[in-house]
Amino acid sequence: MEGVMIILSDLLFDYTMRTVALGSAILGLVSGALGTYAVLRKQSLLGDAMAHAALPGVVLAFIIFRSRAPFVLMMGAIISGWLGTLLIINIIKLTRVKEDSALGLILSVFFGFGLMLLTYIQRIPDARQAGLDRFLFGQAAALLQSDILTMAYVGGAALIIMVVFWKEFKLLSFDREFGASLGFSMQGLDILLTTLIVIAIVIGLQTVGVVLMSAMVVAPATAARQWTNRMHIMVILSAIFGALAGIIGTVISGLGPRIPTGPTIVLSISIIVLISLLLAPNRGLTWRWIKNIRNKNKIELETVLLDLYTLATKHDKPTHGHSINVLDTMHTGTHGTLNTLKELQKQDLVEHQEKDIWSLTQGGWQKAQDLAKERGKTS
Amino acid sequence: MTMLQFEIQLIAATTAIACSLVGVFLVLRRIAMASDAISHTVVLGIVIAFFLVRDLNSPLLIISAAATGVVTFVFVELLTKTELVKEDAAIGLVFPALFSIAVILISRYATGVHLDIDSVLLGELAFAPFSRFSLFGVDIGPNALVVMSIITVINLVFIILLYKELKLSTFDAGLAATLGFMPGILHYALISLVSITAVGAFEAVGSILVVALMIGPPATAYLLTDRLPTMLGLSAILGVVSAVSGYWVAHLLDSSIAGSMATMVGVLFLVTFLFAPNRGVIALIRRRKRQKWDFAKKMLVIHLLNHEGKPDYAYESRVDHMHEEMSWKPEFARQVVNRAVNSKWIDRKNGRVDLTEKGRQIAHQTMES
Repeated sequence: MEGVMIILSDLLFDYTMRTVALGSAILGLVSGALGTYAVLRKQSLLGDAMAHAALPGVVLAFIIFRSRAPFVLMMGAIISGWLGTLLIINIIKLTRVKEDSALGLILSVFFGFGLMLLTYIQRIPDARQAGLDRFLFGQAAALLQSDILTMAYVGGAALIIMVVFWKEFKLLSFDREFGASLGFSMQGLDILLTTLIVIAIVIGLQTVGVVLMSAMVVAPATAARQWTNRMHIMVILSAIFGALAGIIGTVISGLGPRIPTGPTIVLSISIIVLISLLLAPNRGLTWRWIKNIRNKNKIELETVLLDLYTLATKHDKPTHGHSINVLDTMHTGTHGTLNTLKELQKQDLVEHQEKDIWSLTQGGWQKAQDLAKERGKTS
Repeated sequence: MTMLQFEIQLIAATTAIACSLVGVFLVLRRIAMASDAISHTVVLGIVIAFFLVRDLNSPLLIISAAATGVVTFVFVELLTKTELVKEDAAIGLVFPALFSIAVILISRYATGVHLDIDSVLLGELAFAPFSRFSLFGVDIGPNALVVMSIITVINLVFIILLYKELKLSTFDAGLAATLGFMPGILHYALISLVSITAVGAFEAVGSILVVALMIGPPATAYLLTDRLPTMLGLSAILGVVSAVSGYWVAHLLDSSIAGSMATMVGVLFLVTFLFAPNRGVIALIRRRKRQKWDFAKKMLVIHLLNHEGKPDYAYESRVDHMHEEMSWKPEFARQVVNRAVNSKWIDRKNGRVDLTEKGRQIAHQTMES
């Protein structure tokens, strides 16, 4: 408890901690919101390729401008991430190489090229201190205020554009043909949205790193998807989940020595996904499981009730009793009907007359008659 | 070339062959991204086994790593089966999570040991020849070379023994299932092979180059051939070429060997992408252009045929009128006429054109078809 208090006070007052948490939150927020589109458009793995493809851009930007200003490196990353995406799209369009191969190829080749450049510039004086290798795995602890500001400006701009083009992007994601028929340039929108997703990824590279950044695009949106069917709620939830994972990851990695922030953030968001998959209402697995059992029970009860009804109609009075053995024989389930009868008894639909003779009550007769009519109508 | 350099290239080349052999099937079965996922998650298997036995050379590491590779895909399948997550998203969720656990474990508990994230990701091919393998006191060669040779042989034997089954389930999974070939089992067998190959390879070249070598050469070969055996052979050759040329580029620039090899994989693909005889972009553009001219020429001869022997023929067959009649741009119309004359479909006389016998035939054929 005391530890948690210290962390919380650090979060508020410790400069490094605050900066890192803020940076991680921004990254989660932006990639969460824009990742929604990537997931809905089934481009989850494209994020992975984009992140890897950004690496050579970072190094080239450094080589050309001899600067490690966050904005310069970010621009390099955006351009080369975007170039990689463009290549992937064209490889798929122009050759028979399929999407998965194009993704893997560009991902590994761009990353390899970036690595080659990275090792090459190690010979340039003062490049060693450039700290470019933190783009590989991310190094949240090294975030500076200038990094945060750049992330906030660029990410904020991306989010504003997303809001401005809200309707158009929705059309693009759900009904491209319809959008085109309305006169929107779907290709132009496609390029814009792709650029925004690249930006979202690039923002996180310094913190989470090239290798794991794709998770920050896919996971928040996947978690959000479980809770809602509505686009705007999904985007907001996804952004919240992303930011939350960013902060939680930062806090946990602050708890002990040598807990890398990037992987901890990714693990945090993975757990949020797991919880969402299990617990979300309607879609969640637990929910589905309970619904299944309920349905099964309901069918079981109704079947036995109707069996009793069928038997009773053969006699002069509705409450004529019947042996449980007869019911067992009529019943198609694997286990006996005793438990079901007891359940029906609780609902006052059947009566236990003697030993193993059971009969309908008046209410049971009424209910069974209604059921029989209903079934007669539907079947 | 020193012995050391030779050995490095030999290790790289063997790795390239092992990777591209299984890679062919990944590319053809459209599960190329499996190599990306597996090459990351096997790290977790290695870490776990390492904590158990505290020995980086234990064969248990390879087994455990291969098992994690398979487990990755079991997870992906389970997630996809809930129908809450699409398959691509499932892959994108599972492998970063598993890899994150591995990275945290390594940096928390394994610092100082020869197991750091950089070498896992980037490989240390330059140092690979220093760890030797000896049998009964006789030095046989670098450890990595022995491991990769064994894996290459395993991959080869697997492909040769199950060639028919692999081919059928790759190109027609439905038929394979009907015939009782159990594509599911074959799928997991392939995933296991990819995992084993990834483990063996990334110790030498790092996980990213594993992806490059598994996907790049097969994707390149896919643009050059339609036959599976040719594709296998070509992939292996392309892999070796990337490996060896990559090594020398790295030597020249004093840069990362793995990175340079991946770059060469990309260069080979780019060259093929542009210049491949039938499927290259340039061949594609040429074909489209030729089709465009061909179509225009055919339109021209059909037009002439329609008016042949009619009163307006003298007017309709004038060259300077042609662009209006066909609603072409004047320059384009002039070129079409020139091309048609060159292919002897028409004759030009006094500013007019007439069909040749060949042109008339083509016009008839085109209208009939």
